[in-house]
Amino acid sequence: MNVPERDRGAAPAAPVPRVAATSRARAALAELRRTVGPVALFQSGGCCDGSLPLCFPDGEIELGPNDLRLGSVDGTPVYLDRRLLAVWGSSQWILDVADGAPEGFSLAAGPEAHFVARARIVAAGAFPDLERAAAAP
Amino acid sequence: MLDRVETMASAARPTVTEVPSPNESPGRKVYIPPGLPGSLVSVKPRYENYLGGRWVAPAQGGYMVDLTPVTGRPICEVPRSTAEDIERALDAAHAAKTAWGETSLAARARVLNRIADAIEQNLEMLAVTETWENGKPVRETLGADIPLSADHFRYFAGATRSLEGSSTEIDRETVAYHFHEPLGVVGQIIPFNFPLLMAAWKIAPALAAGNCTVVKPASPTPWSILKLLEVIGDLVPPGVLNVVTGPGGEIGKALASNPRIAKIAFTGETVTGRLIMQYAAQNIIPSTVELGGKSPNLFFEDVLAHDDEFLEKAVEGLVLYAFNKGEVCTCPSRALVQESIYEPFMARCLAHIRHIREGNPLDTTTQMGPQVSRQQLDKVSSYVEIGRQEGAQVLVGGRRAEMPGDLAGGYYYEPTVLKGDNKMRVFQEEIFGPVLAVTTFKDEAEAIEIANDTLYGLGAGVWTRDGARAYRVGRAIKAGRVWTNCYHLYPAGAAFGGYKISGVGRENHRMMLEHYSEVKNLLVSYSPKPLGLFSE
Repeated sequence: MNVPERDRGAAPAAPVPRVAATSRARAALAELRRTVGPVALFQSGGCCDGSLPLCFPDGEIELGPNDLRLGSVDGTPVYLDRRLLAVWGSSQWILDVADGAPEGFSLAAGPEAHFVARARIVAAGAFPDLERAAAAP
Repeated sequence: MLDRVETMASAARPTVTEVPSPNESPGRKVYIPPGLPGSLVSVKPRYENYLGGRWVAPAQGGYMVDLTPVTGRPICEVPRSTAEDIERALDAAHAAKTAWGETSLAARARVLNRIADAIEQNLEMLAVTETWENGKPVRETLGADIPLSADHFRYFAGATRSLEGSSTEIDRETVAYHFHEPLGVVGQIIPFNFPLLMAAWKIAPALAAGNCTVVKPASPTPWSILKLLEVIGDLVPPGVLNVVTGPGGEIGKALASNPRIAKIAFTGETVTGRLIMQYAAQNIIPSTVELGGKSPNLFFEDVLAHDDEFLEKAVEGLVLYAFNKGEVCTCPSRALVQESIYEPFMARCLAHIRHIREGNPLDTTTQMGPQVSRQQLDKVSSYVEIGRQEGAQVLVGGRRAEMPGDLAGGYYYEPTVLKGDNKMRVFQEEIFGPVLAVTTFKDEAEAIEIANDTLYGLGAGVWTRDGARAYRVGRAIKAGRVWTNCYHLYPAGAAFGGYKISGVGRENHRMMLEHYSEVKNLLVSYSPKPLGLFSE
């Protein structure tokens, strides 16, 4: 795994950025923004080709009151179902790219490549910004 | 059949994969890989979509390579279809829907029974095909996937003939008749883990209820259903059953969001399931979605009360997490073992798990094959890494399985057990691989609490010699299917579907016929008298 770069969009006050991305992922997103337009990432819960970040044209998935904005990668938002937050609470979410075309409905991260989320477990309470956001109605 | 399969004695052909397991057994067979001389399965370099009873090249002329996870090498090419191909398939389905919808029940049932007969007559061929494309052991496809697929068509052939409408005498001169009418044309999206069986689960009830269907197989497993169509295509009137292969993001969306379908059925990943329901809402059509799971498998202390057949069955029940290399929505991926028996019970289970024979899935003695794709293998590895970071203890496995010869390029992972806490991510997120997360509980109340501490509610297992406890716990677990003193049985006639975020709807039961029908109510007055509201 590449060393993640700091997410420019994350709150600078956070001791550890909740969302980070590898240079390969940032390049793939930049290319998607160029070719597809604005995109958004959704962290999937599971099954089959799930448990991965899925990338869609921004607006393809209608946001609901239970969608939480985890952070962003160079302006591309990353969403997570509120119910997954408890599970992800102590993980730093690191966007990366792996070989192989996406197996579900997600946009590819370049030719024969798909997005993946790496994780780095950090101490509980390291992400005060998101926990506040989660507590908001 | 013996002349058409490779036995161990003649497995020296260089193109036949080496078999790492030294265990010999008398009934052992190692099937020749599809496409090689002597194989049961012929392979064309390139396949087409199946539309309107014909093989049709994709409109844009694009193809994609289909790989076998056994070696990581190409099998064939299949269409990389586009939205235009979905429209063509829908044209064919709509052209066929009126005649099929008006076909007598006897004639519809005959078609389904002939499909079942054809599947059985080609059982070995289809089993080897499915194994080669998906990686699941041929002992599973021979014993479960393909026979269950055939039986599913038979079940719905019978069920559709027994489905009755109703009439209600509202009053002496007013009668409400209820008829089931076909929806028309439906869209069905199939997952990669049981490419043929899940296709049967969807196609059989749709056709039985008088609908025509457009089916999109999963991107990693588009080929086996095309082989199935080679066998059953001629048995179905043109346009009733259509198959289009290609990437989900393009043709899956083109199908699911299409205003020309009357229902969408989907099995797969949760965010995609939500997207499917969103498309259905936009078109105001029904959807059924069968999504993820993190199914708990509960072992109460009385399983260890006797050293008998039942204990062996319970141990096997835990080891079943490795069934289909864990690529099952209902994989019993969380084992909850009563604290008082944890050490001796897990010792027995781990001894079994260490002896799981992993390798060439075309060998009938192999118990676990490769993950379906490199993508899935990577995901499994990364979750085990997360588990390690979280402090889970690796009791067995925890790494890729190195394979010799041709198998070295395949996607093999060792059957793995992680011991930890239910709050860990590896207990909460679906890994979809041969990774078991195990923890303990003190008593029945805690067992139920841990079992239900999950976003999912698809499957569960309860193991106990106490019938009353089995009933109490089974009813208390929030899941659509609770296997009681068994696991991973999928007989037609047992409703299957999820609570919570595991989905909406049920499959595998006669009630599906209603999910694939509209209700027509004729409200008939036999009275000559006016209502009188507008009379002088």
